[in-house]
Amino acid sequence: MAQDEKSGTDIAAAGSSHAEHELVNAGTAVIDPDPFENPGFPPHRHRVTDENPKREKRAQRTVYTLFYLSIVGSIWAVAAYMLFPIESGDPTDIRLNNMFFGIGCALALLAIGFGAVHWAKSLMSDVEQVDERHEIGGSPETQAAAAKVFADADEESGFSRRSVIRNSLIGALLAFPLPAVVAFRGLAPQDQIPVPLLYHTMWRKGTRLALDPSGAPIKASDVTMGSAFHVIPEGLAELEHGKLEEKAKAAVLLMRLDPNDLHPSPGREDWAYDGIVAYSKICTHVGCPVALYEQHTHHLLCPCHQSQFDITHEAAVIFGPAKRPLPQLPITVDDEGYLVARSDFTEPVGPSFWERH
Amino acid sequence: MSTATPATAAPKRSFTASAAVYVNERTSLAGFVKELGRKAFPDHWSFLLGEVALFSFVVVFITGTFLTFFFQASMVEVHYDGSYVPLKGVEMSAAMASTLDISFDIRGGLFIRQMHHWAALLFVAAIGLHMLRIYFTGAFRKPREFNWLIGWVLFVLAMAEGFTGYSLPDDLLSGNGLRIIDGLIKGLPLIGTWTSFMLFGGEFPGTVIVGRLYSLHILLLPALVAIMIAIHLVLVVVHKHTQYAAPGKTQNNAVGPPILPAYAGKAGGFFFIVFGVLALIASFFTINPIWNYGPYDPSPVSAGTQPDWYIGFADGALRLVPPGWEFVLFDRTWSFNIIAPVAVIGIFLVLAIAYPFIEAWVKGDKREHHLADRPRNAPTRTAIGAAGVTFYAALWAAASSDIIATHFKLTMEGVIHAIQAILILGPFIAYFITKRIAIGLQKKDREIVLHGYESGRIVKLPGGEFIEVHQPLDEYDRWRLVSQESYEPLMLRPNAKGKITAGMRLRASLSRWFFEDRIAPVTKAELEQSKHDHH
Repeated sequence: MAQDEKSGTDIAAAGSSHAEHELVNAGTAVIDPDPFENPGFPPHRHRVTDENPKREKRAQRTVYTLFYLSIVGSIWAVAAYMLFPIESGDPTDIRLNNMFFGIGCALALLAIGFGAVHWAKSLMSDVEQVDERHEIGGSPETQAAAAKVFADADEESGFSRRSVIRNSLIGALLAFPLPAVVAFRGLAPQDQIPVPLLYHTMWRKGTRLALDPSGAPIKASDVTMGSAFHVIPEGLAELEHGKLEEKAKAAVLLMRLDPNDLHPSPGREDWAYDGIVAYSKICTHVGCPVALYEQHTHHLLCPCHQSQFDITHEAAVIFGPAKRPLPQLPITVDDEGYLVARSDFTEPVGPSFWERH
Repeated sequence: MSTATPATAAPKRSFTASAAVYVNERTSLAGFVKELGRKAFPDHWSFLLGEVALFSFVVVFITGTFLTFFFQASMVEVHYDGSYVPLKGVEMSAAMASTLDISFDIRGGLFIRQMHHWAALLFVAAIGLHMLRIYFTGAFRKPREFNWLIGWVLFVLAMAEGFTGYSLPDDLLSGNGLRIIDGLIKGLPLIGTWTSFMLFGGEFPGTVIVGRLYSLHILLLPALVAIMIAIHLVLVVVHKHTQYAAPGKTQNNAVGPPILPAYAGKAGGFFFIVFGVLALIASFFTINPIWNYGPYDPSPVSAGTQPDWYIGFADGALRLVPPGWEFVLFDRTWSFNIIAPVAVIGIFLVLAIAYPFIEAWVKGDKREHHLADRPRNAPTRTAIGAAGVTFYAALWAAASSDIIATHFKLTMEGVIHAIQAILILGPFIAYFITKRIAIGLQKKDREIVLHGYESGRIVKLPGGEFIEVHQPLDEYDRWRLVSQESYEPLMLRPNAKGKITAGMRLRASLSRWFFEDRIAPVTKAELEQSKHDHH
């Protein structure tokens, strides 16, 4: 077993160590007292272009041909830019413009690249350079000189001596960014408190259920058995401001099942209308739209993270990372037979948040 | 006229020489050129990965600048009136409309946009591969620890650049990506709700997020990336590049083509090759066809959507959480289905950044290391790396769980459960297999050094026995196999106060874990002995 913190003398014999390394602690490294010697560089082998003038000529020809080819590519790209207009809006034209312009650019670039690499590899000297490495920390003299600079600066400024000045400066430097930090409060609107906003949506008692995106109200009789509708509150499509924000909370999926398949919990028996149920479409995991409805199993699937909800059991989670069921929108019909909300959702929709309880 | 005489008497110089003198007399560049112009730059294919990262950043920068001239980072609602017929008249943000204009109404715009996206994907990929190269060859050891830190920061910055850029077009796909970010942030304890409101300027999606991400994407993040790259490269110059052990290459030299001209020729050419390959990809392969997705709307979503590859591991982490990891406690919601994946990713990233310091502490080796390890010669490190790669790969695969399920006709649940198992067990399996392979390779190296390699020449001995002649290595080949670092487990000894602290115990047990089944490198005495045996 290795003994740690051995002094440098243990490894002084290490052949692979530089003279300057010798006093450095090698930790638990095993130092071979009689290591193999580095055999030094093998004899230099000449390339074929070094020895055969014909091959050298050929390499030279290849390189300049590539560079000329690059010029051809550039001209090609410029020509393609002009010869392949896209103004017709026809996707084929756009594809052709993209392809021919791109091929020209690619040729211009690749030919320079291959030419330069070929030049370097076959014609430039392949004799390698050997640089000595030096200890990264610099020589002891340099280090001492740097330390002296700091010592002198400390002495001349009194940074250590005048501790009250120093500490008050540190305090000031810590305090001065605070206003900047506070100013970032303005990133969120000053007149909004998040939590109440997250608790409410656009749905009110009597708001008609409307089709997304047309906004046409839906009659209960239009909802046939097994069908599913993407639903928004009536009036959302006409909103001047905040349409997407409201939609991000109020989007609903409407489905009609056999009433016998539904298992409402006590108090929620009348939230459905004749087998028609409405659930928030916003996933309770991180808020993706739960848009995939599997009709024969009555399961809803979120395509983002695969949470699955069982509509026959009040959208309870049956698989995936979501925890809470999708909130149900209580619905009924109005006098004209249109589906309407009985109230807003009774709990916040969408992803969980800290203040939710 | 006499005043002009000395000038005419001066030796006639070429234009370039005169220009060089002119510049130097105003900049003192001569010293810089003398110092760096002939610096040796060690060569190996694996050293090109970092260059790919650097060059693709340059491409991202050039193409991105072009895009800024046309892109409008605004969420103002407009009715699309461009050339793409299926979306004519559709309400969308100015950001989406201007991205469509770049694609359909500006010649070459689609090409530049696609090159920008492809180059960004390559940028992150190249950084990741470059990090793996550094890790598996131990090139993070003293004196290069800071460059590991900077590289790690660059990796994170590159992902942030990627995600902010991905979100700018305000299309359906990126909008759902932002929706996930919003849900993720809201699920964080204490700060979540307010952080979300501050990021989005109110309720999601709001009307400011694209503009804010744009500032980050084209100003703050690229500036940080550029600064980090500059420091990274200055440190490469200061340290001189690592090299693999080879005849003539030692701890104390750096061997390779000089920067001028051969290295400049190769690296400069390679830049154009990377640039050209990206141009070729951009001319043939569509990326992020936002016109197929349409503008962002919180209600629709398409099945089988995928984030850009580098966000996959984070998205996968969200998918792998088992059902029910959310509780209401102390009147507050604790969303462990979000906290847990965020914590797992955080711990993974912290372990990655901390690894060089952990290994240095365990070894206690304070020497500089300029020779890159062969991965087999550090079996435990290599095995830990393989475990980490497996863990990341499991998270990454999970982001495509639905695609895997539909392509291979498996159940969604089955795929998730399988990946959950791989996430937990896979790293251990990868660890043990890798460690065994590394040790096996070390044993083979020992064999070859001691007994030579199999020559394929079968000889019949006078007694009728057939043997295969083993050819001894020449000293150059041998040097590659015997030149390696080796460490032993730490022996626990009381410190100066006669105590064994918990920290010392931890270090000793880590050291045992790292080095207890080491294969000692061949020594000269062993080689002599084996030669003796053969004769």
